[in-house]
Amino acid sequence: MIRETVLLALRAIRRNVLRSSLTILGIVIGVASVIAMVTLGGGATAQVSAEIASLGSNMLQVRPGQGFHGPGGARSAAPSFDRKDVEAIRGQVYGLEAVAPVSTAGLQAVSGNRNWSTSVLGTTNEYFDVRDWPLGSGRIFGEGELRSGKAVCILGTTVGRELFGDGDPLGASIRLEKLACTVIGILASKGQTSFGQDQDDVVIMPLRTFQRRIAGSTDVEAVYLSALDGVSTTSVKKDIEGLMRERRRIAEGKDDDFHVRDMQEIVTALTGTTRVLTALLGAVAAVSLLVGGIGIMNIMLVSVTERTREIGIRLAIGALERDVLLQFLIEAVVLSSFGGIFGILFGLLMALAGARAMSVPFILNPGIMVVAFLFSVAIGVAFGYFPARRAARLDPIDALRHE
Amino acid sequence: MNGRPGAAADAGNGVLVAFSGIVKTYGMGDATVHALRGIDLVIRRGEFLAVMGPSGSGKSTCMNILGCLDTPTSGTYLFQGIDVGALSREGRALLRRHRLGFVFQGFNLLNQSSALENVELPLIYRGLPSRERRLRAREALEAVGLPDRQSHTPGELSGGQQQRVAIARAMVIEPALLLADEPTGNLDSGSSREIMELLTAFNEDRGITIVMVTHDGKMAAYANRTIHFLDGRIDSEVQNGDEST
Repeated sequence: MIRETVLLALRAIRRNVLRSSLTILGIVIGVASVIAMVTLGGGATAQVSAEIASLGSNMLQVRPGQGFHGPGGARSAAPSFDRKDVEAIRGQVYGLEAVAPVSTAGLQAVSGNRNWSTSVLGTTNEYFDVRDWPLGSGRIFGEGELRSGKAVCILGTTVGRELFGDGDPLGASIRLEKLACTVIGILASKGQTSFGQDQDDVVIMPLRTFQRRIAGSTDVEAVYLSALDGVSTTSVKKDIEGLMRERRRIAEGKDDDFHVRDMQEIVTALTGTTRVLTALLGAVAAVSLLVGGIGIMNIMLVSVTERTREIGIRLAIGALERDVLLQFLIEAVVLSSFGGIFGILFGLLMALAGARAMSVPFILNPGIMVVAFLFSVAIGVAFGYFPARRAARLDPIDALRHE
Repeated sequence: MNGRPGAAADAGNGVLVAFSGIVKTYGMGDATVHALRGIDLVIRRGEFLAVMGPSGSGKSTCMNILGCLDTPTSGTYLFQGIDVGALSREGRALLRRHRLGFVFQGFNLLNQSSALENVELPLIYRGLPSRERRLRAREALEAVGLPDRQSHTPGELSGGQQQRVAIARAMVIEPALLLADEPTGNLDSGSSREIMELLTAFNEDRGITIVMVTHDGKMAAYANRTIHFLDGRIDSEVQNGDEST
């Protein structure tokens, strides 16, 4: 009985291909939005996770001021850190693997007739541990170079390529403003962040060199640190917050004038944009699914009117109300399922194109496809019920007389 | 001879249909239409009854009530001893499904379905498995002389052939009562004769009880008995042969 009814529904739909396609358009758009949204969102999340792994998942950053400032972003009026703060953290917070003070500046790097605008970072060797970032060639800073603030530097691969092309930068000298600096190492390539920021576009030098020769102050812009394996970053964060409040003499009840970021916070910041996009597409999906459902109801009502005589025949030869109800309900469900199937295919295409455009990985999510399909079936039932009931309640005598 | 009071008691003795005092009115107040003004009628098993009368005389209403498509305003209709007036809409649908066959003037076939599918339709509602359905539908189409037209849609068949398909659809459930509403009304005389011969054969060979509405005296002549409707009453009744008792 069900099989016959489904075949019948398919035949009715095939008879009106154009009308049926237009009818399911709303469902197609709605389902496609959901599929595209979830698939792209999944890709973005995977990318963020990959990025966290590349930053080091147990990394924390301590900066003066409140809230989130990007690297080299707005400086706050809050007092800066200095060397003593770094030593205090290193000495008094339990569970740290490495602690690296960091200061940055955007500068022009020059070598011969080539120049390249890059970001210069003053730090210590522990920075490479915190970031889990090995050298590709050359060596790290020597103890003496760090202590005396020698003019040596380690280049990111992008800077090396831009300034030296295919040549070997090791041992060469580059100029940063008035400072001539000997290249002693090249970092391994780390690639882009999800914002498209090139992590390899960097010049690293000893903190002391940076403070004396570039910044002209002993301020430390930020402290990067990593927790030991198995130590919770949350507890480290709490310890640092306690320590810094004490050191900076922040009264009970006053807000912090510094900020400790762990990766969870960075994840939240990164997924924030995804969430806006998700909400937007979700609204589009909801509206088109509603419109799609109403479209199905409308066309089913038309279909019932057109086929009044057929309904009359069926009722006269012994169809029960529920037989006719089921027939039209199944037809609506078959229509909406087609909408669901085409929506899923269309959504995957959209996600594929979007993933390519946004350079996010394309990751199939079978769960959401099943859910989207079931939801489109549910729409068929919900919006097909009223027309189907109208068909089932027809009076066979009137229906047979219908022209 | 009108139906006698107490006809219900004869249910076991060959009485298929018993109308007593059937009244049907439509509308209310001044607009009330009296379609049937008290019909008493007994139809026995195996009878072939022709119903005649001018338009608006109540014969269509009578057929609708006979076919359990409509219920009388008052009076009792016993079908095989069952009080149809007391049945629900669903109960009447089940009665149609299992006991009644319909043949209409306009054929009323499903135009998108093949002849075979049209004949299978009532069996689908009876829940028969598809193999048995197909078998019985084929037999029915052979019985009406259309063994080689099974996959044709109604549009590809002549009027006479369409009406044969409709008869096959009515006959496939082996109904207790076949109701034919001007079955030859849309057909030429040749096809009409063939259809009437088919109906007569089913009546005589298989003992199917038939009630047929017609305007044509020649068609009515195939029946055992003819009743004439006028203004919602049975005006006259004629025995055509010696078969009715």
